[in-house]
This record gives sequence, C-alpha cells and structure tokens, in this order.
Amino acid sequence: MEIDLGRNVFEANVQLAKKLKAVFDDNGVFVINLMASPGAGKTSFILKTIESLKDDVAIAVIEGDIASAVDAEKVRAAGVPAVQINTGGACHLDGRMIKGALTHLNLDEIDLLIIENVGNLVCPAEFDLGEDIKVVISSISEGDDKPLKYPRIFSEMDALIINKIDLLESSDFNMDDFARSIAGLNPAAGVFEISCKTGQGFDDWIAWLASKLK
Amino acid sequence: MHEMAITENILKIVLEESEKRGARAVKRVALEIGELTNIVPDCIDFYFELMAKGTAAEGARLESKLIPLEAECEICKMRRRVDDLDFLCSCGGHMKTVQGKELVIATIEIEGDRA
Repeated sequence: MEIDLGRNVFEANVQLAKKLKAVFDDNGVFVINLMASPGAGKTSFILKTIESLKDDVAIAVIEGDIASAVDAEKVRAAGVPAVQINTGGACHLDGRMIKGALTHLNLDEIDLLIIENVGNLVCPAEFDLGEDIKVVISSISEGDDKPLKYPRIFSEMDALIINKIDLLESSDFNMDDFARSIAGLNPAAGVFEISCKTGQGFDDWIAWLASKLK
Repeated sequence: MHEMAITENILKIVLEESEKRGARAVKRVALEIGELTNIVPDCIDFYFELMAKGTAAEGARLESKLIPLEAECEICKMRRRVDDLDFLCSCGGHMKTVQGKELVIATIEIEGDRA
C-alpha cells in the first residue's frame, strides 16, 4: 500500500527555528547566523565587530565548533558573554543546539546575538537557527571559485564579507570573476570588502549592520 | 557530512507514519531532493541501510528523485530553470527560487496488518 506523505525532512528544525525567532523578537534581540569555511576569519570578524560596537550595543556570542572552547574564551576576553557549543562531530549547528545554548544567556540584556556556525560551507546552509540575517565570510586566500562550488550558502546570505582583502595584490584571486558569480547567485546581498587585520572597509560593514539594528 | 542527521530524520518520520498505520514493514521510501540542497543520495542510502536495521524499515528500498532548480523573477514573473547559477532575469530583476531546495519524503509503501 502506497501512502502520500509530502513531509519535509527538515520540518522539526524549521518549526524550532520559528519558535526561536519569536523568542528573539519578543526580547528585541537581533540575530546573525555567521557562516564560513574554517580559517576564513569568523572569530576575528566577530572580535572586530565587538570592538566597533560594544560601547553602543549589548552583544553576546554563541560559538559552534566540533571541539574546544578556544573561540568562546577569545570572545569572553573581549568582555562579551559567550557560550561554546561543541557539536561533537556534527558539521553544523541546528535549532536544538541554539535552544540549549540560550539557557546560558540572559536575552533581556542582549541587543545583538552573533552565532558563529561550524566552519563549513555545506551543511550550515540547510539549518535555520531563528536568525534575522545570514552572513557569509569568504576570504581572499580561499580563492574566487567558492560561490560556484558551494552555491546554496551564497544564494541564501543577506550579506557577504570578503575578508583578507589586504592579501588581494599578492594572490591570484580574480575579483571580477568573483563579483560576477555573486551578482548572478545573489544580486540582493550586501557585499563588503574588508580586512580584519588592517581594518580596511570595516566601517562600511558596521554602518550597514547598525542600520539593520535600528 | 550532514547526511547522517538527515537520515535519522527520514527514518524517524518513516517509522512514525508506518506505525500510525499499523504497518508491519516498510517496503519503499520515495524522496524528492532539490538540486540546490547539498545532499548526496548515495550517502543517505548507506546510512539508511545501517540505521534501519532491526526496525520496520529494515531492507526498505530508497528512491531519490532530483528536483531541478527553478526560479521566478520578482518583477516580470517569468519562471525558468536555473542551470547556470544565474539568478538575474533578462529583464534585470532578481529571481527567487521556487523549487530545488527541498528534501521531502514524497511517499512510502507499507505492508502489514492494517496496511
């Protein structure tokens, strides 16, 4: 006997993400789901964003890694509450992990929550976390072909950070090719060329983010 | 890599639906997998076979149908297949995905007492 189901395999996470979004909205918390490859500069980017905003905005961070608390310690050292999630092998964060992490945060006292997803351009794209925006970092040292190889994540982001722009001159990265891929995949995304090391372009990102926070 | 978590969900839904109907066994599971998902059907087959052991879905055949990526222009409403990863419409508008991101259990085939 054949039964028509038409059930979404991600339905449990979709429902949970909706609930999380409602909780964030009720508490006036703006949430960023930050995704990138390992080594793209996610933690440096978070630290620099904290440095730029922490006098005006109450920030907290959820760090997702397969193992270790290295990132959460760096964020705490910057004077911001941080919760470390160790996924124990899972290659992405999901709604259930975020729900667990929220028991360690006081949402009343937070304006901006940055969730650093596990370093990976594949799996995090499939799991919503109740975020307001998805931000992807792609760095010069990764090469200009990443949007073509991992289209899903680049097609869903609200903003793209091109990090390590200070390395552009000494690399084979073709910015025209890269920009053409992004323009085709996601013409609506905000694009920011920055360097966490030199600070180049960072003001534009902060101004864009501040406009979203209002 | 996330196929294991996904396969767990698939098996959970399949067993829930078959138990609800009093089935003794699940013979076939038909999946629809969007082109823009990052899912490898062979990987799901592999995990499903392992995870279904000892359940009503042990030995069930998994069928995967690929759903092509299609988008519709926000301005002129033209709908087309996106085979070049280009979401810009010829009219200059931005195209929104209408299919190709889904992972759906379309049908299951069961047999048993009440089935």
